[in-house]
Amino acid sequence: MKLYEFQAKEVFAGEGIPVPRGQMASTPAEAEAIARELGRCVVKAQVHVGGRGKAGGVKVVNTREEARVAAEGMLGKPLKGLIVHHVLVEEALQIASEYYLSVIIDRTSKRPVMMASAMGGVDIEEVAATTPERIARLVIDPAYGPLDFELRKLSADAGFDPRASRGVVDIARRLYRVFVRTDASLAEINPLVVTDRGAVIAADAKFDVDDNALYRQQALARFREESEEDEIEAQAHRRGVNYVRLPGGDIGIIGNGAGLVMSTLDLVTRHGGKPANFLDVGGGASAESVREALSIVLMDPNVKGVLFNIFGGITRGDLVAQGILDAVSTMDIKVPMVVRMAGTRAKEGLALLEGSPLTPAAGPAEAAERVIELAHKR
Amino acid sequence: MAILVGKDSRVVVQGITGREGAFHTEQMLAYGTPIVAGVTPGKGGAQFHGVSVYDSVVEAVVERAANVSIIFVPPPFAADAIMEASAAGIDLVICITEGIPTLDVVRAVRFIEERGTRLIGPNCPGVMTPSEAKVGIMPADIYSRGHVGLISRSGTLTYEAAALLTEAFIGCSTCVGIGGDPVIGTTFVDVLKLFRDDADTRSIVLIGEIGGSDEEAAAAYIGESHFPKPVVAFISGRSAPPGKRMGHAGAIISGTSGTPQAKVEAFQRVGVPVADTLDQIVPLLQQVGQK
Repeated sequence: MKLYEFQAKEVFAGEGIPVPRGQMASTPAEAEAIARELGRCVVKAQVHVGGRGKAGGVKVVNTREEARVAAEGMLGKPLKGLIVHHVLVEEALQIASEYYLSVIIDRTSKRPVMMASAMGGVDIEEVAATTPERIARLVIDPAYGPLDFELRKLSADAGFDPRASRGVVDIARRLYRVFVRTDASLAEINPLVVTDRGAVIAADAKFDVDDNALYRQQALARFREESEEDEIEAQAHRRGVNYVRLPGGDIGIIGNGAGLVMSTLDLVTRHGGKPANFLDVGGGASAESVREALSIVLMDPNVKGVLFNIFGGITRGDLVAQGILDAVSTMDIKVPMVVRMAGTRAKEGLALLEGSPLTPAAGPAEAAERVIELAHKR
Repeated sequence: MAILVGKDSRVVVQGITGREGAFHTEQMLAYGTPIVAGVTPGKGGAQFHGVSVYDSVVEAVVERAANVSIIFVPPPFAADAIMEASAAGIDLVICITEGIPTLDVVRAVRFIEERGTRLIGPNCPGVMTPSEAKVGIMPADIYSRGHVGLISRSGTLTYEAAALLTEAFIGCSTCVGIGGDPVIGTTFVDVLKLFRDDADTRSIVLIGEIGGSDEEAAAAYIGESHFPKPVVAFISGRSAPPGKRMGHAGAIISGTSGTPQAKVEAFQRVGVPVADTLDQIVPLLQQVGQK
């Protein structure tokens, strides 16, 4: 679950990490009211996308009037393809240096890793590509957390100003603590600003919470609704359906098993089609879950055809077929559907589907071809 | 010979009385998997289809000499189950559970490293040595015994591949599902090393997907070690958009890392052919000379 900047800063502030004074606004009037308190401030669009600044999503303003105008120009409008629902209005900082600090889970070492660099305020991927030696890394033993002497070394290796080191090390310690406490998969401060007065402040914040841990992060669960950007995905989450929307696609995909579904998407793409979504009904799918899945996929008005690719291991073909038939009888389905079924009870499943509006296919490739053909015939 | 599991394994099922555990224990017993015990805290003393249930793993080790564990425990308790098995002296832990918080897995991996316990998974379908032991949830009848070592991050996609091999009268020595999570106990390279030393395995089929760099590491290992057995690869998610988690927690392209193109190229650079579709796997395998 990705948090917006304003939510991430709330979490950071809760752990004692200094953040700029400011507040989230959902209307231009709110933005103006906040700016009145702050004086010279920054209005920042809250969207899950990088490169906001270059796209006009970050504006420094001097009066509350200007803040209102800036907010008006952002709210309700698209920024890099995403509609802006909130802005963050914050005090403008007097920046002396911009640093980088983050904690991630490194898959290769299977450890939390802290990264630090004096090259903050720029795309860290670029720094990693062109001057990797400017990024200092600390592999953290999860049994101990980062030790103070390790953080001091990290700070030195990163090239941080020694005068700012104590403040940065304190923030680094807190950043790791909050990372662990909230089951984060990414906690990034870029830039970590050192002001002209020597204060160290998290000027931007990026925070991802491990979806697998949401069940035990009740306090963060309230951010979920706000952070959902796609209506259908939000619905799917609520109904426990493992669905990812692929904007612009028109072939709905339902399969059992993530790898199988991914390869089905690949197959449809190879055959010249555009998948509208990823959807994994999971192992042991019931008639009910299949019906739920189909109803989610069909919420997308762009879908012109649906492809089921089922290889039954634990999942039984006859139960999947029953789910599809239930859906067909209770929903008004206007798009063609193609089913490829193999594995456990596939024969029984296909037998049940005889006489229904579904088109059977012998193999995945044939299924992909058929669904594209039928979808574009209409 | 095969690797990891076989007829001499002594398997304990953790979570044996839960819905998943119970169902799959029955399936594994039907296959002939040597299950010697089950564990569900609080249900010790019960019997399940002739298998003794204990309150703790250490009892299963002491009473029944269990040396392999398969875990069907729900996500909030699964990492603890992994650590319990390791502490009890189990050599090989296979964790089927999907949805374990990643930091829990990080801590469990750290814990078991000290004890030298091997973990397969989590979020995996298990390990299958056809005609000897099915320690997992895979459908048994699509597998046949032979000389291909199959390694995969996926579940059902692996079944498709196994079925295609069987249809072509090609069998497997052992099929290892390493799992779809971002942090897993055993990587492609770990399994390649085992297959390398297994006389029963003559070629490898490797099924990867987007996310992480395990495939790249495998390709590097194959190149650097002059891996002596032919390998054919398949990568799913080649049309996936960046930044979106595609089902598996570990299947996500983040920035420039985890892209399918990088994986395909890494394999091709070391002479490992990459099948574009599943049905190319068998012809490629025949080309690179299996059997």
